[in-house]
Formats: sequence, C-alpha cells, structure tokens
Amino acid sequence: MKDAFGSPQSLLVLGGTSEIALATVRRFMARRARTVWLASRPGPGLDAAAAGLRDEAAAHGAEVTVRTVPFDALAPETHEEVLEKVFAEGDIDLVLLAFGVLGDQRSDEDDPMAAVRVTRTNYTGAVSSGLVCARALRAQGHGSLVVLSSVAGERARRANFIYGSSKAGLDAFAQGLGDALHGSGVHVLVVRPGFVHSRMTAGRAPAPFATTPGAVAEVIEHGVRRRASTVWVPGVLGPVMGVLRHLPRALFRRLPG
Amino acid sequence: MPVQHTQRAATARRAAPSDRTARLLTGWGRTAPTGAQVLRPHTRQEAVEAVLACGARGSIPRGLGRSYGDAAQNAGGTVLDTTGLDRVLAIDAAAGTVTCEAGVSLHRLMTVLLPLGWFVPVTPGTRYVTVGGAIGADIHGKNHHVSGSFTRHVRSLELLTADGQVRQVAPGSELFDATAGGMGLTGLVLSATVRLLPVETSLMTVDTERLPDLDSLLATLTATDHRYRYSVAWIDLLARGTAAGRAVLTRGDHAPLAALEGRGRPARAARREPLAFRPVRLPPAPRTVPGGLLRGSTVGAFNKLWYHKAPRRRRGELQRLASFFHPLDGLPHWNRVYGSAGFVQWQCVVGHEHDDALRRIVRLISRRSCPSFLAVLKRFGPGDPGWLSFPTEGWTLALDIPAGLPGLADFLDLLDEEVAVAGGRLYLAKDARMRPELLPAMYPRLDDFRALRARLDPRGLFTSDLARRLAL
Repeated sequence: MKDAFGSPQSLLVLGGTSEIALATVRRFMARRARTVWLASRPGPGLDAAAAGLRDEAAAHGAEVTVRTVPFDALAPETHEEVLEKVFAEGDIDLVLLAFGVLGDQRSDEDDPMAAVRVTRTNYTGAVSSGLVCARALRAQGHGSLVVLSSVAGERARRANFIYGSSKAGLDAFAQGLGDALHGSGVHVLVVRPGFVHSRMTAGRAPAPFATTPGAVAEVIEHGVRRRASTVWVPGVLGPVMGVLRHLPRALFRRLPG
Repeated sequence: MPVQHTQRAATARRAAPSDRTARLLTGWGRTAPTGAQVLRPHTRQEAVEAVLACGARGSIPRGLGRSYGDAAQNAGGTVLDTTGLDRVLAIDAAAGTVTCEAGVSLHRLMTVLLPLGWFVPVTPGTRYVTVGGAIGADIHGKNHHVSGSFTRHVRSLELLTADGQVRQVAPGSELFDATAGGMGLTGLVLSATVRLLPVETSLMTVDTERLPDLDSLLATLTATDHRYRYSVAWIDLLARGTAAGRAVLTRGDHAPLAALEGRGRPARAARREPLAFRPVRLPPAPRTVPGGLLRGSTVGAFNKLWYHKAPRRRRGELQRLASFFHPLDGLPHWNRVYGSAGFVQWQCVVGHEHDDALRRIVRLISRRSCPSFLAVLKRFGPGDPGWLSFPTEGWTLALDIPAGLPGLADFLDLLDEEVAVAGGRLYLAKDARMRPELLPAMYPRLDDFRALRARLDPRGLFTSDLARRLAL
C-alpha cells in the first residue's frame, strides 16, 4: 500500500533497464519500496539492472526483493499472461511504464518497417500492457500508473516526428486511461520530460532545457505524492510548450532542431 | 430491578436490505484514497451475509471514519459501514450499563444517556465515533490516567468472525484482548455492553493554568494529575528557545449539582435543566479550502494568541461538556481546512522514565517549525491488556501536520526512531505512514495477534489497507 505521502511498497517497472525508471526506483527504495519487479527483455542489461538495485539496497541495509520477469513490448499478445502472473503474487502499488525507443528519424523515413517498430514499441506495446495493468490495478482498488511520455508528443517536429507521433498516441491513451480510472482509487500520472541525458540520447546534441534521469525521478516522486495527472520535466517546459504548440506552422517549421 | 429500554433509530431506513455502493475512501486525514464496495447492513443477519459474501479481498468494518489513516479502508474489497447497526438495545440503570449495536455513536449515547444521569466511561476528542470503532482502536480520553482505555469498561461484546459465527466475547479471553485495539481485524463487533459513569450535571468544573515551558508542564502533571479525573495540555510546538513546549493545561471533573449554586450564565441556565445536552454546531467547513493556509507563520501567530489568551490560572470554571471534551465537533468537516493534500496526525507514547526522549522530540519539532496548532500532551496511566492497544504508562504527544509539508516524510521517520529507541510506540488509529519494520518492537504481542488471526481467519477475510501496509 502507498502511505500518506504516496510512497509505494511494491513497484513494477515495464522497461526495467530504463535509466529514468531505475533512478525512480532508487528514490522509492530510499522510502518504503521493498518489492521491485523489473520487466524487460531478458539479457545482461536486465540482470545488471537488478544486481545494481540489490547492491544499493544492501548498502542501505534495507531488505528489498528485486525480481525480474521477461517482457517484450513488441509481443503484445504475451502481455496479459506475463503481467497477470506478477499481480497474482501480490498487490503492486506503482507501475512505471518506461519502455520506449527513439529510432533514427533520418534512416527510418526510408525504412517504413523500422518506423513501425518504433510505433509498435512506444504506442501499441504501451496500449496492451497499460490496459492489462489498469485492469489489475482497478481490481485491487489502489495504485498508480506512471507513464513516461515526452514533450516530443506535444507537437510533432520535423526532426523526430516518428518518435513524436508514437509518444503523442501514448500520451493521449494515458490521459484517457486516467479519466477512465478516475474514482476507482487508481491514479495515472503522465510524465513529459524534455531532452534527458541518458544512454538513449547519447551522442545527440542536447536540446534546450535538457534534464537528467535523477531530476525526472524526483519530479515523478513528487507527482505521485500529489496525485498529479501531468508533470513536465523541467517544470518550465509546461508553459514553453503551451506557447510552442500555438505557433503558426510556418514559424514552427523553421525552429532549430 | 433493571430498567429495560429499547430505542429504534429515528433515521429513515432505506428499502434495500443492505445498500452497496462503490466509493473512494480515506481516513479523517484525507490522504491515500482507495476504492472499495461499501455495504451497509442494517441487521445482524445482513451483516452475516455480507461477511460471508465478501470476495478474496475481504472486508473491514468502518464506523464514522474518524481514524486518521487507512485503518477503515479496504482497497478493492468490501467495507462494512456499521452505521446501519444503530440500535441502543438496553440501558440497565441499576448496574449502570448500556448495551448497544456497534454503529451507535458516542454522540448518540450522550444524547440518550445524559438526561438519565449517565456518561460514557471514555470519550476521545470527538463524539462522532462509534462504539465498534472505540473497541477496535481501544480509544482513550483525557481520563486515561484514572480510567484507562475504552475496552476496560466493556463488560462483553458480540463478535461476528470470518466463519460467519457470532461469538460472545468476555474480558480476560484471548479473543477479547485481540479485538481490543485490534483495528477491526478479528471480526465485526455487532454489539457491546459498556459500563457507564454516573453524573449529576452536564457541566464540567475546569481548572486552567498556563505553564511557561515543557519542564514546568511535566513537573505539574507529575505532581498533581492524580487529583483530577480529566487532564490534558495543549502545547505550543512553534514557540522557540526556552518557551518551547509552553502549554495551557486544562483539568477538571463533572460538576456536581452543588456547583450550580454559583453565579454566572452557565450555572443559572443549568439550574433549570442540569442534565441538558445541546451542543452547538457551526455550518460545515467549505468543501474546497486552498492548501497552504496552515504554515509556520500563520500557525505560529495562532499559537501565540491562544497561549496568551488563556488565563494564567483559573479555578472552578463551569464549562459545557461539549466545549470541554469536543471543541472541534463544533465545526463539522474541520479536516478540510488542511486543503486537498490532507494532513497526518502523529501520536506517540514513551514511558515516564524516557522523558528525555520526549524533550528531544519536542525540540526537534520546535526547531523544524512544524505548523501544528493541534498538539496535545497527556500523561497516560497503566495500559490495558489489548494486544495492539496503544496506551501504555507514560507521556503521549499528538500533533496534526499538513501532509503537503516538504520533507515531512523523512522528518516523521526521524521522530519514529526516537520513539522506538525509547521503547515507545505509535498509535495505529492515527498512523498513515510508519515504517512497518518498527512495528514488532513497538507492539510485543504482534506475533500473538498474527497467530490468532491465522487460526480464526485463515483466509484473511478481515483485512484493511492498514493491515496490508503494516503486515498486521
């Protein structure tokens, strides 16, 4: 159960190797989290993520159970079976839907199947796994579903509209899901970070208002505590995007990046 | 010969056998809402059916929702609203006992019993708690140092357990000790017989004094508390330096008829009708109150005013019963003044010999400038046998803090550590955030409680958000 400050005791991370997700898990482990499920494609990355969390828990002297579960965003037909098994083991207080791929805009424009892979991961995979989790959370009558969206979904840009459109779909889905779950005890938080310095963006020129996984994690913790429906990271991106989304197309198209 | 007296509730009954609604519930602190099916049985038969029909996520009784945390919530399961079980079944004027159903509130008992010259044996800071809740939380009041907690005055109770059986439970039995303070987790109390206190009037004679610091407060309480039936100190946790812990101490007893001979308005009015009970209620607090009204500066100013407004020393003042015991009941929904973020109440008890821990805790709170204007300190007498019953002999400190206060979660963890190191404990009916790992040391009978629950209710059908959070 979450406490009065929204600190969860059990977590499920979809996309268990995401740097933002792991930074968030660490923050919650410092509070009340004692059970952590990392769901991701099996491999050394997932094992390393789990081992890192276990080491961190041991260093703090906390008894945290970290478990991994094989999960593939690109195989939506398996989501029901895989995720229901996790929920059958006990309540999940917070689900972090954190998987996603950036793709390569320039090459993906010439490779439609690669572009579809981006949308199937970021959007379709999130729809199926999000619905499975929402049903389980509704049945337990409590919990938060935190969805990692992006400012890129707020308005499609020339430079990354394939990724941006997949995040736009995800964002709209998550908002609707939040409304559908309103009054059930389940809370949906849509997180819209700007450019985040991480493995996913390594080698790319940072955009203005760039942030870090740790900063995103801090905003998520605060958003869960407040039961907010949307948070921007950094917060200033809210008003900035509010202006940008109303810029005339001709002007928006010419913006750098 | 005992006078038998049966009274049906005046409230209109709905036609449905037991109403069922999906609702989002919180405790009085309005934090951590969860969804549940709320069922309101009106008869014991409906209660039995409701308990037997609850699904895998079980059920928990809920009275008037005055527990501050998540004790009367059951996410995804059933919540049994006991306020439909609202009959006063018998008043035995010779023995001084009342038998009533679990959903009868202390307010209703006072309304019924005061005109007959009886008062409830223990009342907390609100009358709006049910008898079932009073047993489940084993509540205490300003008379704990003399009278102990509520269940000390329970002669017997009927408990509906997970198997659908109704058991007669008497003090001294294991099941009674598990149920007293058991937070509703042993079953649903259907009815109870409670011993009453005879009173001559519905007024209180009150002595008030102002103490300039914590040391003088503790010394005064230690030296003279035994002379009073009721005693509590309001304590200013925002005063700094030497004034930290200054307090307004109010102590008193029920006024005898002879006390009404004096002059003054309450005495004159009461001479006509010495047992009248007509508490004043203001309109409720508005539904939405902006958060952040209660901050260090505003609360600090309020506390200063409150302290200086109190008389340095006043003896024998006549006060109405409701203003002495339940000042906050005058403002319905006062919990809304903390805004949408809600608030937490933190209440601990540490032994008399650990007054150094109490001093450290007061200093920490004062230094941190916690905006708390409802802080009280009291001296508990010996504890009662309930396994999870909170009161033990020592000092108890309770304070309300807005839940949105930055850094509060870690700060309260720090206070918990002080309590745990001093061998003290936190009150489960108030808790919404404690670290589960601290619980076994605070409640040494926890293992017995768990074992009894495992025998009595192997499928864990009586459960709550509190039970899940703390693995009770």
